[in-house]
Amino acid sequence: MEAILSSFLTKYNYWVFIGLVMIGMYALIAKRNLVKKIIGMNIFQTAVILFYVSIGAKQGSTIPILDSGHGHDAHHAVQAIDYINPLPHVLMLTAIVVSVATLGVALALAIKVHQQYGTLEEDEIAAQIDKP
Amino acid sequence: MIWPVDLIIMLLVMVSGIGAIMVRDLLGAAVLFGVYSFLMCLLYAIMGAVDVAFTEASVGAGVSSVFFVAAVFRTSRRTKD
Repeated sequence: MEAILSSFLTKYNYWVFIGLVMIGMYALIAKRNLVKKIIGMNIFQTAVILFYVSIGAKQGSTIPILDSGHGHDAHHAVQAIDYINPLPHVLMLTAIVVSVATLGVALALAIKVHQQYGTLEEDEIAAQIDKP
Repeated sequence: MIWPVDLIIMLLVMVSGIGAIMVRDLLGAAVLFGVYSFLMCLLYAIMGAVDVAFTEASVGAGVSSVFFVAAVFRTSRRTKD
């Protein structure tokens, strides 16, 4: 029991991940301004990226670049325990680029909504839609 | 990983994330989101994900902040919540 509790408390990356996901969900649900909602969406995405990078990290290992990968001294066997797992990093590179693309589309839609209705608040937009 | 530095940066990430959704000025929210993104990039560099860190610094913090400032400049700056 104590081992489970201490392993939960020492992996504080996951607690920060939970907190950031809750901040992002709160902004997506409770905020009425469209730009605030988009900021919440971005916080959610970076929290997921933090979770994946935390999976790959381990204690006492170095960045995944081979010191003697080629050349004359390229005879060492690679010990995988010495290096951080680079697979989540590569997946999250794609996720960062996709998040910027979704941010651009969302902000363009917000600009078009502001041109149409003259406001960014969701309740005022809903009132203008219901009126005529 | 040096755990005091790690904990301080994680605390700053939480504080700047809460500030980015709580502040009532949209330009201030965009600047606080840039701060949040750079601190997140620092966190990736601490955890050894150097490629993710510099992609986040250039694309996440740089281009996203420029997008937010341009969108706030073309729409309204004040907000109610």
